[in-house]
Amino acid sequence: MSGSTNAPLIEVRDLGIRLNTSRGPAQAVRGVSFSLKRGETLGLVGESGCGKSVTAMALMGLLPESAVVSGSIRLDGSELVGLSDANYCKLRGNRISMIFQEPMTALNPMHTIGRQVAEPLRRHTNCSAAAARKEAIALLDRVGLPDAAKRVDAYPHQFSGGQRQRVTIAMALACQPDVLIADEPTTALDVTIQGQILDLIADLVAERGMSMILISHDLGVIAENVQRMMVMYGGTVVESGATNAVFTRMGHPYTQGLFRARPRLGARKGTRLKTIAGTVPELADLPAGCTFADRCTIVEDRCRAALPAVVDVSAGHGVRCVRTDVSMAEAVGAVGA
Amino acid sequence: MSTPISASVDVGAATVRPQVPTGFWRRALRHRSFVIGGTLSLMVLGAALLSLVWTPWSAYEIDVASKLRPPSAAHWLGTDVLGRDIVSLLLVGARSTIMVGIIAVGIGITFGVSLGLLAAARRGWTEELIMRMSDFTFAFPAVLSAIMLAAVAGPGMVTSITAIGIFQIPTLVRVTRGSANAIWAREFVLAARASGKGGFRITIEHVLPNVLPILIVQATIQFALAILAEAALSYLGLGTQPPQPSWGRMLNDAQTLLFQSPMLAVYPGAAIAVAVLGLNLLGDGLRDLLDPRLSRER
Repeated sequence: MSGSTNAPLIEVRDLGIRLNTSRGPAQAVRGVSFSLKRGETLGLVGESGCGKSVTAMALMGLLPESAVVSGSIRLDGSELVGLSDANYCKLRGNRISMIFQEPMTALNPMHTIGRQVAEPLRRHTNCSAAAARKEAIALLDRVGLPDAAKRVDAYPHQFSGGQRQRVTIAMALACQPDVLIADEPTTALDVTIQGQILDLIADLVAERGMSMILISHDLGVIAENVQRMMVMYGGTVVESGATNAVFTRMGHPYTQGLFRARPRLGARKGTRLKTIAGTVPELADLPAGCTFADRCTIVEDRCRAALPAVVDVSAGHGVRCVRTDVSMAEAVGAVGA
Repeated sequence: MSTPISASVDVGAATVRPQVPTGFWRRALRHRSFVIGGTLSLMVLGAALLSLVWTPWSAYEIDVASKLRPPSAAHWLGTDVLGRDIVSLLLVGARSTIMVGIIAVGIGITFGVSLGLLAAARRGWTEELIMRMSDFTFAFPAVLSAIMLAAVAGPGMVTSITAIGIFQIPTLVRVTRGSANAIWAREFVLAARASGKGGFRITIEHVLPNVLPILIVQATIQFALAILAEAALSYLGLGTQPPQPSWGRMLNDAQTLLFQSPMLAVYPGAAIAVAVLGLNLLGDGLRDLLDPRLSRER
């Protein structure tokens, strides 16, 4: 592996993605920039349709062919935007892997799990079928599948949701990737299993020194599992920074809104959850200015004029808002309430 | 009272064992329609094989003196208008029936499935082109294209097999492409792409195995249709040429004597029905047996 430990492993600059939808072209992602060093973890949080998954798919090079990608994605210094599919195939599953949301459908029902875990090994490394099988059993054992040696020849339908997610994790980790993208890995699982799976992922990330991008709409999941986070809304990153900093000093009105909308333990009976008024803008006709303007309580005319620039409210903590003076003053109250 | 175990329930490690191929025959022999269908199909196959080494009488020798005999010890099912033994004709006829079925469905599967998979994998103009071409072929009545081919190449078995085979392609293209498209939209294909597989490998390793159960059922239906089409073409005089017997030709010959000797039409008709029914049941059974998800429940 090249480069010093300080050089970013993944560097995304001004990423823009335009998708062709039935309602016309939609700017699904605008001006997303971030970098990730080896061993770092980054969380992407936001509601459905904010561009989290599209960003992940762009990193994997799995966007539909009609999608137009601008900006730059660099892995270890080499450009991925515009890379041919044949070359991308060599990276996927080898240097960048992905865990999907639905373990029930992410496995091929016609193949045994052993075969599916061994597949990336056979594809990306020169190992023999027997060696790959042995490695698959070791991997399944590592991800906590009970009795892995016996169950390696079983089919996906013979496993529970949590066990299947363990299998997909084993698949993603088979080739020791540098970057792991986990797209809502626990959304389809029940809460007790969620914790186990997230702990497993965290352990594996630490153990193998991988970088991880964790996508979730669950603030709790993000808070506990990543060092840095980005809050996305309407295809833009509205706030980014160290997880602690973002949670303690929420700078963007949207982040604050997300936080207020969380159910809380110990709230008085009959307390209603606070919601963010309005609905998510259609990506096909986004406003010219701040994408959150229509739902923001402290909106001004200049918010609607142009997309606000990122304001650094502290080292490494950026907020895409022109009214941080007001919002940050309010934020103190929001957290305390 | 036994409640069926739901497919997603986690069965204990002790009960899990590799199922293919060790358990396949055990499960297969318990599957009713597979067994019945298999038996009927084997009977037809057996008849064809038997005819290669032995027939009670020659199927080609004409003995007009003993024409239209009723069933007897010498001629178990009697004789036809030219005095040929019906049993011998049925046995030899099974040969051309099976040949037509296998070759015509073979043509249909080879081209239809490849084109269908290609269309689903490439999408875009490739898919448009393949689908419009198969629409065009489909719009042509099979019998008409057989007549056309016969006019060019002369009537005969090869012509009829080719015509039937070509006619099978668009159906199989459509079935393959339709189900392949559905598989391509599944998350495990996305996961396969995320693990670095290209379009060709995904097609072979993920799409094809998942559309195979559908294709097997479709193939047995196509096989049955091919037998019927061959019978129809022989009946029109475009298929198997005399003196080569075929079930369709026997029906054709029986037609003129339908009132004098109705049984002459019943025998080949029943043979066709047995072959078609057997294949359909066999296809049903195979579909169940090849699906690992269904394997525990039947």
